[in-house]
Amino acid sequence: MDISTDLLVNAIVAGLLLGGFYVAVTVGVSISFGILDIVNIAHPAFIILGAYIAYIVNTRLGIDPIVVAFAMLPVFFALGATVYDVYHHSFERRGRDPLGGLAFFFGLLFITEVGLILVFGVDYRYVEASYIGPTLRFGFVDLPLRMLVPCVISLLMLAGLQLYLSRTFIGRAIMAVSQDQLALQLMAANPARIKRIAFGISIATTSLAGAFLIVIQPVEPSVGRDYIGRVFAICVLGGLGSLPGTVLGAMLLGIVESLTATFYGPSWAPAVSFGLLLLTLAFRPAGILGR
Amino acid sequence: MQRATFILIAIVVAAFSILIVLKDLIFGLGFAFTFNDYFFFAGYVVLQFIVLATAWNILGGYCGYVNFGTAAFFALGAYTSVALHKFDPGKWNIELPGLDIPLAFLAPLFPLPIPVLVVVGGVVSGIVGLGMGYLTLRLRGAFFAIATLAMAVVLQTLVINWDYVGGSRGAYIIRPNSLNVLGLEVPYIQYLFLLMLVLAVAALTTARTIERSRLGFGFATIRDDELAAEACGVPTLRLKLIATALSGAFMGMAGAPFPYYIGYLEPASAFGLAYAVNSIAMPMIGGTTSWIGPLIGAILLGTLQQVATVTISSAVNLLLVGVLLVLFVVIAPNGIMGIVQDRMRARRRT
Repeated sequence: MDISTDLLVNAIVAGLLLGGFYVAVTVGVSISFGILDIVNIAHPAFIILGAYIAYIVNTRLGIDPIVVAFAMLPVFFALGATVYDVYHHSFERRGRDPLGGLAFFFGLLFITEVGLILVFGVDYRYVEASYIGPTLRFGFVDLPLRMLVPCVISLLMLAGLQLYLSRTFIGRAIMAVSQDQLALQLMAANPARIKRIAFGISIATTSLAGAFLIVIQPVEPSVGRDYIGRVFAICVLGGLGSLPGTVLGAMLLGIVESLTATFYGPSWAPAVSFGLLLLTLAFRPAGILGR
Repeated sequence: MQRATFILIAIVVAAFSILIVLKDLIFGLGFAFTFNDYFFFAGYVVLQFIVLATAWNILGGYCGYVNFGTAAFFALGAYTSVALHKFDPGKWNIELPGLDIPLAFLAPLFPLPIPVLVVVGGVVSGIVGLGMGYLTLRLRGAFFAIATLAMAVVLQTLVINWDYVGGSRGAYIIRPNSLNVLGLEVPYIQYLFLLMLVLAVAALTTARTIERSRLGFGFATIRDDELAAEACGVPTLRLKLIATALSGAFMGMAGAPFPYYIGYLEPASAFGLAYAVNSIAMPMIGGTTSWIGPLIGAILLGTLQQVATVTISSAVNLLLVGVLLVLFVVIAPNGIMGIVQDRMRARRRT
């Protein structure tokens, strides 16, 4: 196959932009699965929920979806904290029961999806914003604003989170909770409270990710399923719990998916993430940046 | 108590089979007892869920490894059937250098009878299960769960891109109206029902046998504390692989007759999340530690869903399953069997 240079460059640039969006989608799981060891497979369902909230407010009041997402951050934080409370009371306190916890989140995923289908039906929904149409052009490189805006904001969000986790007391406590809960208790911090905050942050990121999702593509309730494989592939690829690793994993997956879609057809793209996930698990389970 | 239950089930199953196969004879004797076809259509689905739930429980309940990919294994079985159904040996040759064997001599064997398809579907799903397990089971349990979930998405992508089995358009399977079994003319849906009944009994018997064997105790040690089990010399990886292969195989077997039941198979229905959530919810609601749990769960939820589909709507009944799953997991983690056992223990004490 003859590959033209501008097609290749454009595919890679599109992959990087897509990767930026994947950062926003995955960073929550990096916190919940990577740091807290909570396998929240319902994460994509919360993203879809965020997308639908952005959709409702955008169509009713005409407010920009990303502004809506920022306004909804506290609500999603509270939602996450509540979910963690239930999880903590039912599973963490009763000792290790991975079966029940997984089934619990799977149930949440299912309820959210079917609930959204019952309310909104299976039609694709989309939003309107000034940056969805136009495209920046540099020579032969296209930068669609609808991809660029989510990419930039999610990278900023990741940088902010990284600073928060490494500089503030609570942020450091969150990192500590994944290493040694007992030691954290000896430092007079309550692990359950710290985890509750961390899980709240993790769910809060889905509000933004949801808005980005519906800016990038039309959304229907079962779209979230495609993201389960992607999210965990990125998370494992980047090394669990490492935010810079998440960026690396997300960019890599974005580029590989974009190349696959450009040269083999978009219907193959969902298989890419799973292939990457399996390869990583088989050969380098600690991730690219892992020790 | 469990033994009595098992014998009771065996008797019910035998009675059913005899009734169906010999019903013309019995009608001749003057029994005015008829089933309409809907009974078999609905019954088939419930039986299919018994097989799926029991299969899931072999890995999930006994070993503690969650499989979210029931739909993938199920669809694998179903699509194996479709592929073999469409296979026309007259058009294929084995071409080796200096050797050209037309496969036409196989033609009288096709279309293959469904029991053969069930076996093939089971083998294919079992092998895929084994491969999946080999890649992911050496790591933490959560990876296996995530990998199975992702596998469903990927297999669906493969099937959508595979034109031979119909791609995203789906495939039609035209089944005969009736079939000759041992010289008796049996309507096809009753034949499928009987087949699924046999499968359900096979799955339950396997599960029950495992529970009382060394294998079952090995599984239980993995569920309770894998590290300790490993330290005591339990070959955990091998046991886990056996469980994955067995569980996958039964799911594939349950899927194999599905195209003949439904008549039209398309990726979205074969890979529906409903199979995954049902096969998890049923054992969790019934109780995961013994073979009776999935049976109770499947009969309860399966029947409930059949009723709800007819009376309310199919989306609502899925919501019902999800809500029941979350409620049971949070409030009664040991399921109905757990509640019953607690009651019995309390009564014995007083």
